Amino acid sequence: MSDDSNPNTRHHTLGQRLFQFLGSMDLAITLLLALAIASIIGTVLQQNQPYADYLIKFGPFWFDIFESAGLYDVYGASWFLAILTLLVVSTSVCLIRNTPSMIKDMRNLRTHVQSKSLRAMHHQKQWSVDADAGNSATILEATLSNLGFRAKQTVKSDEILVSAMRGGMNRLGYILTHLAIIIICIGGLIDSNPALKLAVWTEKVKVHDFATKTISPKSYLAAGTKAFRASMIIAEGRSSGTALIAMKGGALFQRLPFSIEVKDFRMEHYKTGQPKSYETDLVIRDDSSEPLETTISVNHPLFYKGYTIYQSSFEDGGSVLTLNIWPLNSSAGSPPVEFETNVFKNSDISWGEQNLGLEVLSFRLFNINPDPTDDDPNRQRNFGPSFDYKLRKDTGEALEYTNYMLPIKRNGREYYLSGVRSSVAEPFGYLYLPVDIDGGLTHFSHFLQRLHDENIVNDIAHTMMTETLAEINNQDKKLEQSLQETLTMLVTMFVEGGFASVGEFIETTLPEAEKETLGPAYLSMLREMLSRIYLGGTLYKYGTDDPEENAKIQQAELLFFQDAVDAVSSLSQYGSPLFLELSDYEHVEASGLQVTHSPGQPIVYLGCAFLIIGVFLLFYLPQRRFWAIVKANNSGTDVLLAGMSNRNPREIDLFFEQVAEQLETATGNSETR
Amino acid sequence: MTINSVNTMYTGTSTPMARWSWRGLMALAAVTLLVLYSSVFDSYEIGIVILAAVGFSFLGQNWSGFRQHFVVVTALSFFAIWLYGQDLGLAESNFFLKYLISSQSAFMWMSALFVMATFAYFAGLFMRSSFTEKVGSALTWSATTMGLVGLMVRWRESYLISPDVGHIPVSNLYEVFILFAVITALLYLYYERRYQTRSLGGFVLLIITAAVVFQLWYTFGKGAHEIQPLVPALQSYWMKIHVPANFVGYGTFAIAAMIGVAYLLKSWQQNINPQGLLANVLPDFSVMDDLMYKAIALGFAFFTLATILGALWAAEAWGGYWSWDPKETWALIVWLNYAAWLHMRMSKGWNGNPMAWWAVIGLFVTLFAFLGVNMFLSGLHSYGEL
Repeated sequence: MSDDSNPNTRHHTLGQRLFQFLGSMDLAITLLLALAIASIIGTVLQQNQPYADYLIKFGPFWFDIFESAGLYDVYGASWFLAILTLLVVSTSVCLIRNTPSMIKDMRNLRTHVQSKSLRAMHHQKQWSVDADAGNSATILEATLSNLGFRAKQTVKSDEILVSAMRGGMNRLGYILTHLAIIIICIGGLIDSNPALKLAVWTEKVKVHDFATKTISPKSYLAAGTKAFRASMIIAEGRSSGTALIAMKGGALFQRLPFSIEVKDFRMEHYKTGQPKSYETDLVIRDDSSEPLETTISVNHPLFYKGYTIYQSSFEDGGSVLTLNIWPLNSSAGSPPVEFETNVFKNSDISWGEQNLGLEVLSFRLFNINPDPTDDDPNRQRNFGPSFDYKLRKDTGEALEYTNYMLPIKRNGREYYLSGVRSSVAEPFGYLYLPVDIDGGLTHFSHFLQRLHDENIVNDIAHTMMTETLAEINNQDKKLEQSLQETLTMLVTMFVEGGFASVGEFIETTLPEAEKETLGPAYLSMLREMLSRIYLGGTLYKYGTDDPEENAKIQQAELLFFQDAVDAVSSLSQYGSPLFLELSDYEHVEASGLQVTHSPGQPIVYLGCAFLIIGVFLLFYLPQRRFWAIVKANNSGTDVLLAGMSNRNPREIDLFFEQVAEQLETATGNSETR
Repeated sequence: MTINSVNTMYTGTSTPMARWSWRGLMALAAVTLLVLYSSVFDSYEIGIVILAAVGFSFLGQNWSGFRQHFVVVTALSFFAIWLYGQDLGLAESNFFLKYLISSQSAFMWMSALFVMATFAYFAGLFMRSSFTEKVGSALTWSATTMGLVGLMVRWRESYLISPDVGHIPVSNLYEVFILFAVITALLYLYYERRYQTRSLGGFVLLIITAAVVFQLWYTFGKGAHEIQPLVPALQSYWMKIHVPANFVGYGTFAIAAMIGVAYLLKSWQQNINPQGLLANVLPDFSVMDDLMYKAIALGFAFFTLATILGALWAAEAWGGYWSWDPKETWALIVWLNYAAWLHMRMSKGWNGNPMAWWAVIGLFVTLFAFLGVNMFLSGLHSYGEL
């Protein structure tokens, strides 16, 4: 191939040098380690997150630097692909350079060795036999063949050389392993669909960014032969023939040559509450064949005409929720009001003068959480269904809520639980609304309405004032008025801001000297007021026959009253004028599917097979060569045997001894006899 | 002709009689299983039984220690399963189960025996007492036996909890730590016999002891020993082969690293005091060099197999054979690292201290892939979280 007489040698040498460099072991090892180090980056830095997250994490300065280095998608970055390409080139050059000699070595029995070189070998042995050279050579050849060697005689002028080899396939191991790397990378390249990346880059395909309402026709990809990995979310009873490919800054829509209908999604649990299985019943329809009804589950995807359909996730498919709306700051109407909505639906609720936007975020059928009442923190319990929603005010501010459908037990009493928070980063703060003797919120709501009713509060304040002043025989009109005002004010303050407000009022407005005495007096007046307001409208019914039973009810009512007061006190932090009680639901689920098309997969698997076979051949099939030179002497024949391995020489120590012994026995050593 | 100081490698001396009866026994066991359970086995399980029988006949044909080990493990496991019957509660009341062979007791015995074996090996090394070293070997065999019995019994126990909970005990960090200890010990025992040297036992057992200490903390500190049902993603037959294949890799890499440590210690000792104890009691440099290579080559082969099995599994469970998930990526990093090591060794003929250092560093890379990823990084492969 090379021609040194060529006048253009300089250029030629450069090419050769490049070839030499690309095939060098130093480069190969450098690339292996460079690839390893580059891969680390992608595991330490979470990949393909929203850009805003990176910006918050690193600040604008580093964000830009990291972005230009492609660190948010390392494995797709040009420099990473360059290392990978260089590795493939380097491996290919090695393979091209070494394969011819390896193949030769696999077959070549090396029939040109001289006795001088045999004598120089580490493993060698000599003996003499009675038989003539021809016979001895034949016996040696046969014995070696029996031992699994490929053997051959070469007759030379005054001697016969028997060459033998075992494990020639070891060299194939080299070829297969290196070929495998190239094949795997090619298969991987096909499945990463570089044509699509190019199309996006040249703007033949437009990534839909979800901010724009209309989807450009350029965002749709026709069903074809190209590789993709896409996802779909299909609600029960719905069907779809388009899957979503997540891209940087948005998504593309991949049309499928068939449609997928989700009939049912099922989730099973172990007795301990952990998920046991996710399954979806599917119907696949296309133009050419009968509809296919099948079930997929995690680890059991459907393989359909070159596409694979996986169970990958699940979410709500727009469950229907029936709510009872309880007002928390009004005395009007007879609550509750029934309201129906769906998960993911936004609706407006007008309440008095206030307009609220209700955004239902999610519905959960089970809430399997650690049980706070259990001593073992690992013990889990199902807390029943719940739903999450946001209430948005006219101003655009929104608080997030999570409400449980079933009452939660705490210290032997039951409460409706509702969590509230102002941002995702915060933990929920919980409101506990006490469940009344009739198992609902009616008593609490009634009490709340009375608290908000000015007339009732004024009347009760008046009665209480009169009674209190009568006890001390007071005639002072001014005191009457001021006491009545104080009583109503305390109630209003409590309703608006809870005990915290009342405490603050005592702390800030009372003179220092009177705090000690007046503070507790105010609080007990407030309690008396609350108690009177409550009792004036109690809905608890007492049977007259059984005093024991009555005592029990009274005890329960006392506890209920305390809980109700605590709940009212914390309402100011709840931030919502409404309590939404989930009274009924119809669970609709959506199955999250992944649809893939990987034409490169068979190629990758072929490479994997090559790699495994190659590695085992390389390590566990040592290439062993034996030579014997038989040469007639005066009385018979001299045998010179030598052996070598392409592995560690020590490994062949014992093997050489064994083979030599067998050969010696087969030919018959004339000296030992 | 120079004479190597270690001039032979032991390749086994089992009589043809022993060899054939062993093979016969394996064939008989396989056939019995296939006949007994023909109605419930699927083709995959039939394949596993046949491959296992072939594999065990191969391992045991020239390795009498393995044969005895196999028989004892089988007998004890069956004994435990028989004792249990259908009542898991017997673990607390039956004498044998409570103190010996319920999985928890067996693991405790394993832990204790491994720690004792470590001391015995080191004592034998420093006192130059081959008897004490033999005690170390015996203790290691016993520990491995208890560990494997524990795993077998745990497998059964999981089914006694509830048939739908039952699974092979290689599904979480706790279980694979025991698997790691057992496989590493077995691999070491193989090399010990093959190279006829016990002086490296202490070093290898040191890392097993570290694993045991971690596992004890994990048991008592975190209650991780309780059998948990499988999450849907792990309910796959790939798990049964992917995980053990991986641990052959981890085990041999650990052995190579510990031999690397011994190598470096000897090299250091020889520099400062050629008459020093370590310089004389440890095997020749060439032997350790060879052992390191053998271990890494075996590990690399199995790690390649395991990673490919993992890719096949991923193609069935996650929707793609390669997702650049942190665990996958770290498996690639480990693979690339040892690929580079082997190239250096095979093509450039490097050996000595640099390769020993590299083998030790390799262990840290492996350790990160095994544990670090689960502790510090998040991804699809988050089954073994701490």
